[in-house]
Amino acid sequence: MRVMAQMAMVMNLDKCIGCHTCSVTCKQAWTNRSGTEYVWFNNVETRPGQGYPRTYQDQDTWQGGWTLTKRGRLKLKAGGRLKNLATIFASPKMPSMSDYYEPWTYDYESLTTAPAQGHTPVARPKSLLSGKDMNISWSANWDDNLAGSTEIVPGDPVLAKVSSKVKLEFEQTFMFYLPRICEHCLNPACAASCPSGAIYKREEDGIVLVDQDTCRGWRKCVTGCPYKKVYFNHRTGKAEKCTFCFPRIEVGLPTVCAETCVGRLRYIGLVLYDADRVLAAASVQDEKDLLRAQRDCFLDPHDSAVIRAAEEAGIAHDWVLAAQRSPIWKLINDFEVALPLHPEYRTMPMVWYIPPLSPVVDVVAETGEDAEDEGNLFAAIDTLRIPVEYLAELFTAGDPVPVTGVLRRLAAMRSYMREINMGREPQESIASAVGMTGAEIQAMYRLLALAKYDERYVIPPTHAEQAHGLEELATECSLDYDGGPGMVDSGPFGEGSGSQTPLAVENFAALQRRQTSDFGTDPSDKAARVNLLNWDGNGSPSGLFPRRRSEDRADEADRS
Amino acid sequence: MSTLLWVIVPYVVLAIFIVGHVWRYRYDKFGWTTRSSQLYEDRLLRWASPLFHFGILFVFLGHVMGLVIPKNWTDAIGMSEELYHFLAISVGGIAGFCTLVGLTLLIYRRRTTGPVFRATTRMDKAMYAALALVILLGLWNTVAGGVLNLGGHYNYRTGVSEWWRSIFYFQPKPDLMAQAPLGFQLHAMTAMALFAMWPFTRLVHVFSVPLFYLWRPYVVYRSRSDRLGSRNQPRGWDRVDTPRR
Repeated sequence: MRVMAQMAMVMNLDKCIGCHTCSVTCKQAWTNRSGTEYVWFNNVETRPGQGYPRTYQDQDTWQGGWTLTKRGRLKLKAGGRLKNLATIFASPKMPSMSDYYEPWTYDYESLTTAPAQGHTPVARPKSLLSGKDMNISWSANWDDNLAGSTEIVPGDPVLAKVSSKVKLEFEQTFMFYLPRICEHCLNPACAASCPSGAIYKREEDGIVLVDQDTCRGWRKCVTGCPYKKVYFNHRTGKAEKCTFCFPRIEVGLPTVCAETCVGRLRYIGLVLYDADRVLAAASVQDEKDLLRAQRDCFLDPHDSAVIRAAEEAGIAHDWVLAAQRSPIWKLINDFEVALPLHPEYRTMPMVWYIPPLSPVVDVVAETGEDAEDEGNLFAAIDTLRIPVEYLAELFTAGDPVPVTGVLRRLAAMRSYMREINMGREPQESIASAVGMTGAEIQAMYRLLALAKYDERYVIPPTHAEQAHGLEELATECSLDYDGGPGMVDSGPFGEGSGSQTPLAVENFAALQRRQTSDFGTDPSDKAARVNLLNWDGNGSPSGLFPRRRSEDRADEADRS
Repeated sequence: MSTLLWVIVPYVVLAIFIVGHVWRYRYDKFGWTTRSSQLYEDRLLRWASPLFHFGILFVFLGHVMGLVIPKNWTDAIGMSEELYHFLAISVGGIAGFCTLVGLTLLIYRRRTTGPVFRATTRMDKAMYAALALVILLGLWNTVAGGVLNLGGHYNYRTGVSEWWRSIFYFQPKPDLMAQAPLGFQLHAMTAMALFAMWPFTRLVHVFSVPLFYLWRPYVVYRSRSDRLGSRNQPRGWDRVDTPRR
């Protein structure tokens, strides 16, 4: 047994309202710069739909992830090591800009420089790639809310696998949102595809990162990742991907996407797993066994043998305690309602999802029947094959049994809690119908519906002995701070060349203070500029907005 | 004059090449990349790039064969002059031709595809010009000297090659180059210009051939480093601290 800790996320899809706040705040923090215009570390897709980049789930085309050889050995689907090197000069299965979208801006200058004229001047869209006028015909969420559904939805590769005929008539269709970040897989295909060895998995928390100094721009990771969550920065010529906001995680704060999630649907916590079992689990013959195999890799943090092995592996005790309190572990293991996205890619993804019951509830409600009655819901889950089959293609390699199990548990929770809320006697029969007790259902309800900040995010900060390494070095030149995280300057050899500005993180105590205070605090030793990566939405620190004129006037009055 | 061209300049170029690469690697690891433009355009690139790269790999092997390996070594293993000549002309000619076609397509693509041209730096343009010139002159030497037999027979293996090797054991023989045909002289001069700009262009990616990939484990694990920020702590600026475990 080789115990390792993995920082993982679970998203409760029933709560996602598709507002894209996570995508926007993530973009503001990480990819709001030239070369990454089309890069969305976090995106929200409407399902059914083609996703981003278009049809990325069709691995017959894109060749992402792993596959088994005839002898049952795990192999990169895009080809072995030799083939990978031989195709290095023109990566054959890499999405082109048209599979993402051509980024653009608007010619705002024409609005202010236009002469007096009869018509209102127009700011034309300009391509950020060629600088020319362009027609906007696609974007990261062009098919939001099934827009253009009769044309676009049939191209959904997941839908193509569902056997039942899907009707796209408006009143008979179903829809839900799927927010996606990097899966921080236990068996990452991007890292395995990287010829330079620049993509690595952190030993401490399993976060998968790209070493920007080692990446040589071979673009193999883009092909390797079946989720297409590694992007090529076309200005710097380097690969970039979701970082799980590691500077925040290191000081015990949730990721930006989770912090700003309006629906509070994201959970972050630790999972302990046995690294020695990963390869065997990823190589099981039947795709439908992959879910169980991955679950079997996880280790019970309450088991004394595991605790001992974790200590021997150098995992600090507070991390073990955090793993015991982890909402991820509860959702995956205790309540068994979380499922991985596309386990059939064999990468052992670590961002799991609670499939949505809402498509089923909507249908029952439309019929005029009681959509909170467990009998109606159970019957609907069994008869409504399309949503269940579709969800199974997403989360269980096509096996409807685990999905039905989860949906029945969610339906039972709805029904059980309704009885309590209506002041009636809780019915244990509802709980036992899905193999749970009433107490368990109430615990699950608490975690899914009421959980507070520190219950949803159980993130142990990087251990105290190492914390000095995270503090900002006071002797650094103050100008170095200016670039901000991941910001690149232009050197003599093109975009982003030259030495790097260090990634600075406020120290844990300062962040903790700000996190828990009732008013917006402002670190007075910093220049008046706001680092959105650290901002928690608490108040408006100075520098977030330009000063009001009245304030300037007041200052002048003070001086005179 | 010949001392300047074939002794001083080569050593200056050699120094720029080595020191330049060391400096660039230390100063600009982040800029050390292929700067691929595949994302902008891949229909032309799909053919042109492998054609060019595989072509130039064979051209490189040909140069190793012609410049690095002395003539008496190939004589010793019984390789006849005719066989060597045939190999050099056929394989070299084909490889050179592939390289030239690939490069032409790549330059055409770079000029005509808007986004690719926009992402082209001034250094890129200078480098492309030098590279094209070197390849053209080299191909001309092969074709003119080997096939058309213009200007009489010249065996570069007893001329240019010996001069090239003499640079590296520090007993330069500039006379050998001074007597070489103009085509070879020009090829060598433009090549030296290319080598001098090499460390400052995207050509540095040649030194990142990821052969190690064939042996390393698939998934790389790294421990979070204790260093501050993203740069190494400069020497002499150690913090007052408890000793590392």
